[in-house]
Amino acid sequence: MSLLEVKNLGIVFGGLHAVEDFNLTLEKGELYGLIGPNGAGKTTVFNLLTGVYKPTTGTFFLDGKELKGKKPAEINKAGIARTFQNIRLFSNLSVLDNVKLGLHNGMKYSTFEGIVRLPRYFSTERKMNERAHALLKVFELDDDVDTLASNLPYGKQRKLEIARAMATEPKLLLLDEPAAGMNPNETKELMQTIRFVRDNFDLTVLLIEHDMSLVSGICENITVLNFGTELAKGPTAEVLKNPEVIKAYLGD
Amino acid sequence: MAKKVNSPLEKKKSGVRSVTKKNFVTYLIVIVFYAVFQTLTATGHLKNAYQSLLVPICYSVVMAVSLNLVVGVLGELSLGHAGFMCVGAYCGAFFSVITKDVLMTDWLRFVLAMLIGAAVAALAGVIIGIPVLRLKGDYLAIVTLAFGEIIKTVVNVLYIGKDASGFHIAMSTKNLDMAEDGLLILNGPQGITGTPKSSNFTIGFILVMLTLLIVTNLMDSRTGRAIMSIRDNRIAAESIGIDVTKYKLMAFVIAAAIAGCAGVLYAHNLNALTANTNNFGYNMSIMILVYVVLGGLGSVRGSVIAATILYALPELFRGVGQYRMLLYAIVLIVMMIVNNGAFFVQMKEKALYNIRSGKKNNAKEAA
Repeated sequence: MSLLEVKNLGIVFGGLHAVEDFNLTLEKGELYGLIGPNGAGKTTVFNLLTGVYKPTTGTFFLDGKELKGKKPAEINKAGIARTFQNIRLFSNLSVLDNVKLGLHNGMKYSTFEGIVRLPRYFSTERKMNERAHALLKVFELDDDVDTLASNLPYGKQRKLEIARAMATEPKLLLLDEPAAGMNPNETKELMQTIRFVRDNFDLTVLLIEHDMSLVSGICENITVLNFGTELAKGPTAEVLKNPEVIKAYLGD
Repeated sequence: MAKKVNSPLEKKKSGVRSVTKKNFVTYLIVIVFYAVFQTLTATGHLKNAYQSLLVPICYSVVMAVSLNLVVGVLGELSLGHAGFMCVGAYCGAFFSVITKDVLMTDWLRFVLAMLIGAAVAALAGVIIGIPVLRLKGDYLAIVTLAFGEIIKTVVNVLYIGKDASGFHIAMSTKNLDMAEDGLLILNGPQGITGTPKSSNFTIGFILVMLTLLIVTNLMDSRTGRAIMSIRDNRIAAESIGIDVTKYKLMAFVIAAAIAGCAGVLYAHNLNALTANTNNFGYNMSIMILVYVVLGGLGSVRGSVIAATILYALPELFRGVGQYRMLLYAIVLIVMMIVNNGAFFVQMKEKALYNIRSGKKNNAKEAA
């Protein structure tokens, strides 16, 4: 059974069909790209898959479980985590706390145990710290654990957002333009990191990206969206040669 | 000689250990304050007028710290916090008056009154919180303000009496329908009289310490982090599986319960408990908000210090007569400038940095 199955997903804002008839099947462990010109509806697809928007038509399943109409928090608990195009960190909290918030549902103790400081508070907090440090190490953020998230440089903020999403132990990770604002070296590094987490954390990754070197570098298959509809779909190298796709990006 | 300048702004520690240390400093300030004023009172060095300020300072601090949980930590502006204090005060006082004849030590009665006040205020928090927390920003502020006023108005038209057949509740004395020998406990705008005067500075101090422990421990736990994440970015909090409604309500209800305790302390400091604008209405809610904002949003220690100073000031200014409130306003403005003005903030950070590096150098020399 495939991990993610999206069937005829669509949403209408007033008279605008932002996304229409979107279909996608992701196998476990796949690294899939979603590309398209600005305003094509890529981020809207992410918002639909994470419950920020409720789809007007169609539905989607994760591991056979229907998630249409569920709230963002429930969808995350079911196994989909995401990052945002305009970075959304908890800016007044430390880097460590940002990741520990990702562990919120994975490692629990009650509010009462937290206030009275029962043993479970200390043991769980210690485990959370260890796990968070391990994750931050993967993203080379282990020197910045005590820094406020808002004081991090841009590239590191992007990485922290991925680390925080990873902390929720998702089955599917949605990355919205992870390389935006990065220089070629940073992008190359990021590609390695994405591949590393996919291989080592049992993940499936769906990413939106404008940087074609990243897309062709790591995505096995891609879908191209244009004006909310699917323009092309298939193995990356083939799709990028498709004249329709080139036309959509560059014009006639 | 180019010396590497480490700006104090760059190094900001927020690790687990420094959080605990920061909290201990706050506890220490409160303990020292208590010890000093308790000694002064015991040795007779404190004027009576000043002695009577000590309990009010305690409940102001408790109110400020609990409101900080809503405004500073959760990030929602609530203007009806005094309403919860009102609920706690009336419930606690009511309980103490009806159990006056029951054989019970004063101490036990007061603790029970405190628990009941907290529980009913928490319940009020749930009832008000569920609709109110669906709103955002200004709308939430307006609605909480309205609820605060509603609570105050309701207790002002409520009459509760007790006779042989039990309790009678009505909106006027006529409709109370009580036997001649019945006892009128809650008498509308005249409020509740005959509450035992069980509050004292020590009890107030204990309540402040408990409040501080609860709020600081909460902030430094899984729940507190979740509440702060909602303040910083609600959409991101949802995206990592945090139940926003649950944690918003939790912060609101815990703050309401603590405000209820402050109310019980307030009620047992007076013989007659009435509700008016200055103690449970708009004015009080705004005063507490002023303590919180001037103390620094999200800073527990700031709330403690600001509430203490700003409560005591108008009383200390009584000597200057009619210029009292003018002076008070000037102090507020100066505090704002000193707290947030770029020049003063820089000076403060520099001073702190010098102290710290001075300590380190001394340690090096000693070694």
